[in-house]
Amino acid sequence: MNDIVDTATRGHAPAAPAVSRERTVGQRTPLIDGIEKVTGRARYTADLPFGETLVGRILRSPIAHGSIRGIDTTAARAIPGVRAVVTGEDFAAPYGVIPIAQNEWPLARDKVRYRGEPVAAVAAVDEATAEAALAAIVLDIEPLPAYFHAGEARAADAVLLHEKKAGNIEREVDQSFGDVDAGFAAADLVREQTFHYAEVAHGQIELNAAVAAYEPECDRLTTYSVTQVPYYLHLTLARCLGMDGSRIRVVKPFVGGGFGHRVEPLNFEMITALLARAAGGTVKMGLSREECFLTHRGRPETDIRLRLGLKKTGEITAVDCEIVQRGGAYGGYGLVTILYAGALLHALYTVPAVKYRGYRVYTNTPPCGAMRGHGAVDARHAFESLLDIMAGELRLDPFAVRRANLIAPPYRTLNDLQVNSYGIPACLDWVEAASGWKTRRGQLPRGRGLGLACSHYVSGSAKPVHWSGEPHAVINLKLDFDGGITILTGASDIGQGSSTLLAQIVAEVLSLPLARIRVIATDSALTPKDNGSYSSRVSFMVGNAALRAAQEMKRVLVAAAAKRLEVQPDDIEWEGEHCRVSGTDRGLDFAAAVDAALVDSGTLIVKGTWSTPPETQGGKFRGAAVGSTAGFSYAAQVVEVSVDEDTGAVTVERVWVAHDCGFAINPLAVEGQVQGAVWMGMGQALSEETQYHEGLPLRPSMLDYRIPTIVESPPIEVKLVESHDPLGPFGAKEASEGSLHSFAPALTNAICDAIGIRLTELPASPDRVLEAIQARKRKERLRASAGALTQRAPVGG
Amino acid sequence: MAKRLIELTVNGRPREDAVADHMLLLDYLRQTVGLTGTKEGCDGGECGACTVLIDGEPRLACITLAASCEGRNVETIEGLAIDGRMSRLQQAFHEKLGTQCGFCTPGMIMAAEGLLRRRPSPTEIEIREALSGNLCRCTGYVKIIESVQAAAGD
Repeated sequence: MNDIVDTATRGHAPAAPAVSRERTVGQRTPLIDGIEKVTGRARYTADLPFGETLVGRILRSPIAHGSIRGIDTTAARAIPGVRAVVTGEDFAAPYGVIPIAQNEWPLARDKVRYRGEPVAAVAAVDEATAEAALAAIVLDIEPLPAYFHAGEARAADAVLLHEKKAGNIEREVDQSFGDVDAGFAAADLVREQTFHYAEVAHGQIELNAAVAAYEPECDRLTTYSVTQVPYYLHLTLARCLGMDGSRIRVVKPFVGGGFGHRVEPLNFEMITALLARAAGGTVKMGLSREECFLTHRGRPETDIRLRLGLKKTGEITAVDCEIVQRGGAYGGYGLVTILYAGALLHALYTVPAVKYRGYRVYTNTPPCGAMRGHGAVDARHAFESLLDIMAGELRLDPFAVRRANLIAPPYRTLNDLQVNSYGIPACLDWVEAASGWKTRRGQLPRGRGLGLACSHYVSGSAKPVHWSGEPHAVINLKLDFDGGITILTGASDIGQGSSTLLAQIVAEVLSLPLARIRVIATDSALTPKDNGSYSSRVSFMVGNAALRAAQEMKRVLVAAAAKRLEVQPDDIEWEGEHCRVSGTDRGLDFAAAVDAALVDSGTLIVKGTWSTPPETQGGKFRGAAVGSTAGFSYAAQVVEVSVDEDTGAVTVERVWVAHDCGFAINPLAVEGQVQGAVWMGMGQALSEETQYHEGLPLRPSMLDYRIPTIVESPPIEVKLVESHDPLGPFGAKEASEGSLHSFAPALTNAICDAIGIRLTELPASPDRVLEAIQARKRKERLRASAGALTQRAPVGG
Repeated sequence: MAKRLIELTVNGRPREDAVADHMLLLDYLRQTVGLTGTKEGCDGGECGACTVLIDGEPRLACITLAASCEGRNVETIEGLAIDGRMSRLQQAFHEKLGTQCGFCTPGMIMAAEGLLRRRPSPTEIEIREALSGNLCRCTGYVKIIESVQAAAGD
């Protein structure tokens, strides 16, 4: 490399690469951390080497609702090898991801509110000692009436789970936009339908784990965990342990999936840290699969009543919707979930009038939270189902009824959400053609059918959960003597490929090969704060910050090169590995440009930030921030099913999905995200449901909680529609969640096409489908016998 | 707890270790040998993340006793790359995005490795059958099937 500087000083242009550099964004790019994953070198939290550690274990409540009269830990503490025993009394404060709804203690205090709620924890020298210590703790809990469904909890005489929450309602939403009565009066057809949705869980394959290392000599805590949002965990550790945040370091190693389970700080993370401090050492906590199901934060059991008004032409005239969610025992993300359900219910189409009432209810079941497609999935199913029902009555094709309600961007929805790009028309066109809809629908053999649905989702919440006024995303770039660029980011790569995407963006702006870029992510001692991997915000927000950081680094490098070459920055043609003075053969290679920049300032560190524009941050009404985003993704999908009418078994034969991701920065990863989202929608639609008996989980294992295996998973053909959003980095929008919502309605619409039965309850498990088929048979028999009676009546009477 | 001395081969290296009678192969590999590529994703035999090869056959390390591997040849994800070159399955899973979060990946690749040794050119149905005990929550399996097909086609 030495002679390169020489060539530069001699005024020669360094040899240009033989082939002009290809673009980095828009290329199918394997994950930059993929090799570690396929070779087994990737270390997840449970894999981290710490030498000798203590084992942490949690004692859980056997009672669904009760007052804690006492927790006797004397015998447990006396067991040799037990280093710490803690209860709720040892925490400094309760927590909760939403600042105004912090009503959960990491270990229950005063009351227990669900079976399996953590009540005490131990750290011991080995597992057997820890288990013995748990067995020696004596709980004295006075049972209270417990409620396992929203209706029971809302009863007038129900005992309250939380003080000041009358009727066990965590949050009631009442929103109205436009003249709903006039809308229904103007409709040619009005229909109302009720729907019921089972509760579902994330089922990430990595078991929850945390390691906390406490150094008593200097009062410092380092926590390694499976979190999607290290920054919330950091705040919550400080709060619950009563520590100054500067004494805490949070590291997220490789994470084996999130899907929303890990967007909240979770009780076991704070418990592990408290145990480490109490024991004055390092504690490793690994949860069982059953404990992961108990930690929960899944999608709630939901009841929906929906009323729509349509013109003969298919135009929607009014929407009236009521949604009740069984939220479980604590607030968590609950109030956001119930707001999302209303916010995204209708904003996919042009709708002139909407009334929405939502109820988030406390029950004695494990707390629900955010799950992929947060809040909007069940509402989407109801809406797309009723649209299909009404299209049938109006003799409109399902495509036609959706095309009658399209948005023309830029557009502001009734609830003040800003739409700047809208790829639904192209999505519809593609799935219609790819599925052979026009020629095949109605022509398939009995038991086989096609169904359509559309969906959308936010590219990050335009107002973050903790609205501090700071930029929404910050990226630091470091460039040093070695010529390597390090991206320092707090964005959590949980498998979606965010680190790869950031590297692609930086490489693209600087016209450098990916090999020059390294990503250091999610270590609070090194990386800037990031709001985390939730609401599909990372590509859009952190991508925009990375774009700006790279532009700033390029500016610095170009200025330094210009100074070295004694020209103006505008005279420099920057091509990454080399740059030259326009119209001359004088130039520098990258190493020389770096050298020039370092002479001025030493190690280069630049920053890029990004914030959502105010006009995208929603309206002024209460709850308006939820649903607001700088860019909506859109999707349409057609599902082909076959239904066995003897067994009720539904097989998904094929899925065609078109997803408007704005621009695919990494088409390989975007395809993978869309396929994964569609498939996760399929799990909920076909087979997944948590179930409880008196609050006891009946399916807390991967055998009983029926995640689809590879055997029943269909081919999923993906079309990426690129609508080039004006605010997205390179026009990009989210790709991880939007396609999930439309699977379930497309499925039940297809089942209806196949066998003429409309399922209004999910999952469409064989027992439910068979029950619907038999109910129809019973009805047909009754009708037939009634008909026979009617026919006989004149004769007999 | 009683212990016994076992001799076995792990990724081609002969080993001799004292293991408790009730020690699981999964814990032996992760804790005693220090090979953390083999993952634990469930409470026993549910998810396939711990799949390893025992004498060339895919087995679940979380429901196999270490002591039962006396005299056996155990292979894990760490043993597939040779001289710094990834195996064809590893290469394919990387390039075709058969891995997202990566947690099911070691087990998935080992199950597929067992299949390809048995059936070098498997049909799609054979791939689905061979991987039916391995859950993935990220990919929807589409790119996993493509990865195995690509590896088989090399």
